Amino acid sequence: MTKRNYYPILPIIAGFALTACVTINIYFPAAAAEKVADKIIEEVWKTGGKPGGNTQSGGKPGDDAGNKTDKAKP
Amino acid sequence: MYKQLIRCTALVLLGLFLWAGHAGAVDFEANTPAVTRLKQNMQQRHNQLAPFYDTGAVGLTRDGLIVLRDANAVPLSGRQAVNALVAAENQDRNALYREIALANNHPEWENDIRSTFAQRWIASARSGWWYQQGNGTWQKK
Repeated sequence: MTKRNYYPILPIIAGFALTACVTINIYFPAAAAEKVADKIIEEVWKTGGKPGGNTQSGGKPGDDAGNKTDKAKP
Repeated sequence: MYKQLIRCTALVLLGLFLWAGHAGAVDFEANTPAVTRLKQNMQQRHNQLAPFYDTGAVGLTRDGLIVLRDANAVPLSGRQAVNALVAAENQDRNALYREIALANNHPEWENDIRSTFAQRWIASARSGWWYQQGNGTWQKK
């Protein structure tokens, strides 16, 4: 008796589950991407880069132009 | 017979839900060797680029790149070097956006990633640096 009530529900749930899978994978996770971007930017633009820049430029055998750009630093 | 079928379907559905939940919980991926290499390149280059951000010679564009926006702020002798730095940086930035999209198995996300980065570069910029607004005009932070 009660078993019969299952039948119309199952395909609905199945359809729901399948669309859920698809939408989850297609949607761009903006918040997570922002977090990752912030982390990468922080690493690339390390605030310690400014004082450390002088010692690094001195150790580099780099080209003339490269040295000139370092001199321009205040 | 029907009971068995229902049970079987229920199990499959449970598995699907678990799988979907897992897929949804997976973090945004950005830890591949290519991304790490690009980050290191950009980190090293930043020491050379920072003075040009400070003087406003180089600015952050609205599409997540950089550009020599005021060539007069750079002495003629150093201009070629700055151009090379900007070109190399942009190449790495484009590659970074592409590699992150690929790391997530969604190459079509590249533009979303680019615009996310464009906003975050500008938000993280030091005051005094120049950036391009949405309408294309330049603004000092």
